[in-house]
Amino acid sequence: MLEWLDPLVLARWQFGLTTLYHFLFVPLTIGMALLVAILQTAWVNTGKLKYLHLTHLFGRIFLINFAMGVVTGIVQEFQFGMNWSDYSKFVGDVFGAPLAMEGLLAFFLEATFIGLWIFGWDKLSPKVHLMTIWMTWFSTALSAYFILAANAFMQNPVGFVINEERGRAELSDIVAVLTNPVVLASYPHTLFASIMFAAVVVVAVAAWHLARGQHTDEMRTALRFGGWVNVAAFGGVALTGDALSLIMVQTQPMKMAAAEALYTTTAGASFSLFSLGTPDGSAEIWSLRVPYLLSILSTHDPMGVVEGINDLQAQYELAYGPGDYMPIIWLAYWSFRWMIGLGALAALISVVGLWVTRKGRQPKSWQWKVAIWAAPLPMLASLVGWIFTEMARQPWIVFGLMLTEDGVSPNVTGLEVLISLVAFTAIYGALAVVNVKLIVKAAQTIPDGWDKTAVDTDDRDASKLQTVY
Amino acid sequence: MDLAYVWFLVVGFLFIGYFVLDGFDFGVGMSLPFLGKDNTDRRVLINTIGPVWDLNETWLIVAGASLFAAFPIWYGTLFSGFYLALLLILLALIARGVSFEYRHLGKGERWTNWFDWMIVIGSAVPALLWGVAFANIIQGVPIDETGNYTGNLFTLLNPYGLLGGLTTLMLFFLHGVIFVTLKTDGEMKERARSLAARSAILTILVAASFLAWTIWQHRAVEHIAVIIGLAGAAAVALVVAWVLTMARKEGWSFTAMALTIVFAVGTILAALFPNVMPSSTDPAFTLTIENASSTEYTLTVMSWIALFAMPLVIGYQGWTYWVFRKRITRSQIPTEVSH
Repeated sequence: MLEWLDPLVLARWQFGLTTLYHFLFVPLTIGMALLVAILQTAWVNTGKLKYLHLTHLFGRIFLINFAMGVVTGIVQEFQFGMNWSDYSKFVGDVFGAPLAMEGLLAFFLEATFIGLWIFGWDKLSPKVHLMTIWMTWFSTALSAYFILAANAFMQNPVGFVINEERGRAELSDIVAVLTNPVVLASYPHTLFASIMFAAVVVVAVAAWHLARGQHTDEMRTALRFGGWVNVAAFGGVALTGDALSLIMVQTQPMKMAAAEALYTTTAGASFSLFSLGTPDGSAEIWSLRVPYLLSILSTHDPMGVVEGINDLQAQYELAYGPGDYMPIIWLAYWSFRWMIGLGALAALISVVGLWVTRKGRQPKSWQWKVAIWAAPLPMLASLVGWIFTEMARQPWIVFGLMLTEDGVSPNVTGLEVLISLVAFTAIYGALAVVNVKLIVKAAQTIPDGWDKTAVDTDDRDASKLQTVY
Repeated sequence: MDLAYVWFLVVGFLFIGYFVLDGFDFGVGMSLPFLGKDNTDRRVLINTIGPVWDLNETWLIVAGASLFAAFPIWYGTLFSGFYLALLLILLALIARGVSFEYRHLGKGERWTNWFDWMIVIGSAVPALLWGVAFANIIQGVPIDETGNYTGNLFTLLNPYGLLGGLTTLMLFFLHGVIFVTLKTDGEMKERARSLAARSAILTILVAASFLAWTIWQHRAVEHIAVIIGLAGAAAVALVVAWVLTMARKEGWSFTAMALTIVFAVGTILAALFPNVMPSSTDPAFTLTIENASSTEYTLTVMSWIALFAMPLVIGYQGWTYWVFRKRITRSQIPTEVSH
């Protein structure tokens, strides 16, 4: 068989591509549902029209994303069985449970209440309708917990026993699986990152309108709201990220070593912000280093010992037999830095934005542009964060239990995976173009009725509003 | 392993829920070229399922996840085995889902028409392929000693599999058209009733042949009486749905049609029992409820979750259908879309 028709390589590309793509929509959905729920609560409580207007505007952006999140999400679930059937059979007894819980407890709730929210404006009382958006947010946040618990099992398997006779991992403690230390840190980390994602979009949309001097009352509110939320969420991201790296050092020391390309075990290890040359450790031409920072990040002790890649490789060979247990070091190194750098940059822009717009001040026009173009930063940070998490776990699909190469479907041919990879790439690519256009259009077009000074009671009971499609 | 048998029923229930609910979505989608004379008509049709199609599709996600959790071996063998068929279903579901959203966002008739055809195809392909897949599951497919499928897409396209596909295609089409009679009024309702009355005759013939063939294939199994009973109930419910459609009892006719699908999928489950994927290579390689299921502990945990969740799910989904119970007519379609 041709080299490039290797089902393993193609299945990995497909998983990476479809998962990252799915994750473009998920965090914006989770974050935006929360911000829209807050805005709608402000409307119901204060009766100020600007909050209703903003609810409509950002609600529309939320909906465009939601549809994409749903249709790409089914692919995710099917993919485990289609491309990774040996993995599914090996861990299904453990890994399937959180997925089924996600479906039974969260997805049904989400799909039901989002339908009620979209179509229920004129059919439900304002209080009940407000409840539907909060339920939508709650269910998106709940589903994130279960899927991250499932992912945490792959990073740090707990709560299982190996059944030698049946050749599989079996669940022995569901509470351990759901309170895996990895998910306890990765869940708030992901949640805060999602909120940043949405907050930066709110800021960018507001900045676009403010730069044109339109709807300044509403948009200033949106800008300040988004800015504060973003800064606060970044605080959450940083704190939980710190907690996550401590856990990572204990559960997957190779991942942290790869993140710094640290080859030899070191006490009082420094952290390089940038490096030139080959980060495989053979030749470093120049680097900007912060002394003791890696030890602090890894152990909260400036003189703490951080294990190096070579020592870990030797340990793993003893434990798991001969083999290469190193992830792609340069990828781990750079994805870790880009994640932190892009996220911090997004927060910094919001801090500056809040400063230059304080007490009704007007920023310069180039500053608006910065706010608009900053919109993708948290999204990119999230994507490289996932690339880091998943790629630096390699060569394992479940750390210490199963290698990625052993998880792929044995009976699926390279050609079949190639067909699906090409099909998904084509359809996802086309949808991405349409979707970006739709979001930009929705962000730039003000919904009807913003010029009104009171809610038109005719609109409220008119049956016309019930149809959306 | 008693709970494994319970979970065979739970997974069956979830698939029945999926087919009953998304079934009429597929039918409405497929009916666009027959019932939608102009764009306003087509928007009436799409809005009959507007608030619920996404919720209905969620039943598939939950059914799939429950299959994964309760029968990981079945899930792995089925999904890797029916690879290209499932890929086609996925692509169709994506195309259908986004087309609802996108059809009115472009300028001009060509754009709208294009997405309307995507809805038609995106509804017809899963309606056909789910039947092909389930017919093949009960008939048996080549599975080797490692529990892996050894056929390909064309293995599935055998006469019995294709008849199964045609049966679900016709059943879902009729289900959707009867749903339209229930959810619209005036001329659209009349048009849908007439289409339902005509297409029901063909549907009865196709479904009866499939059910008869299924009974014949399983004539030797111990519980053949159960299979015959369920297949008979499906056939009776289908004929009743047809009669009630002509008698202008939309609600009852829709109920009878939903029961037809319940009994038809019930027939398939009964024909499958106690296996989950019979091997046509060697009966020794057959996946059964016992050898493909999760451990008793996992199933116990899942049972508590399901016991807690399902009454709530049925409650709030029922509420949704109640909120959106009104019929939709042309006069409610705004000329400018405010979405």
